[in-house]
Amino acid sequence: MDYVRAFIIGGIICALVQILMDNTKLMPGRIMVILVCLGTILGAVGIYEPFAKWAGAGATVPLLGFGNTLFKGVKEAVDKHGFIGVFEGGFKASAVGISAALIFGYIASFLFSPKMKK
Amino acid sequence: MEDNKKTEVKIEEVLEEQNQQLKQDKYNQYVKEVTPTHNWLLNQARAFWTGGLICVLGQFFINLFQSFGMDKDTAGLYNIICLVFLSVLLTGLQIYQRVAKYAGAGTIVPITGFANSVAAPAIEFKKEGQVFGIGCKIFTIAGPVILYGIVSSWILGVIYYLVTAL
Repeated sequence: MDYVRAFIIGGIICALVQILMDNTKLMPGRIMVILVCLGTILGAVGIYEPFAKWAGAGATVPLLGFGNTLFKGVKEAVDKHGFIGVFEGGFKASAVGISAALIFGYIASFLFSPKMKK
Repeated sequence: MEDNKKTEVKIEEVLEEQNQQLKQDKYNQYVKEVTPTHNWLLNQARAFWTGGLICVLGQFFINLFQSFGMDKDTAGLYNIICLVFLSVLLTGLQIYQRVAKYAGAGTIVPITGFANSVAAPAIEFKKEGQVFGIGCKIFTIAGPVILYGIVSSWILGVIYYLVTAL
């Protein structure tokens, strides 16, 4: 059942973003920025966390979930350490995803060559 | 879908046309014809099933790691590492880009799209050197995403602090 939910919710989020892309011709980079910022807002309003609990990977795999994680990190750090948490929590919560992408990406730049232009 | 097959204009016709007004009209029509027309419903269907499938893969990893006895948060983090790794690997093999042409948002919205946007320029610009090639270009898209993610969560965090402190 959680697979079906992940498929449908994740699919719907992607299809909605596809509508946005087709109508506005926004570049992928802008789309990602919008999604992450929207994710932090949805997290701050308190919608995303219960939604993610229900939808599982369908909500955490899209970049909206990444934004939600960012805010969640800030919130937890504020609860724990007070004001300094607003400077601390974001990077802490997003560290795994960003580090993995940077480290694997860097290693990949040694292993792979760019495609030759035809 | 628009039906513009009746009056197809070739670029040669546009170039040979002497009358300026007609030339512009023909050129506009030519541009209209060569611009790919998107079938919105088809694009959405493609984004839906590819994006959904990536999320199912994520769910599989989460369930797998939880079955090893990890708690939900840790399993989620390992899931992200696995998805990022697969995405970078497929990017290096030039497969992710080919899938992305078909899938559109289905490959941009998931975290794998973020990983792709990190790995692709790192590979593409490695000839320009370690610092100004890989070092700078690896952040071409990741940079804005991290910047605005951190700033927006900071703003919301300050609001949260003020609300809870008062």
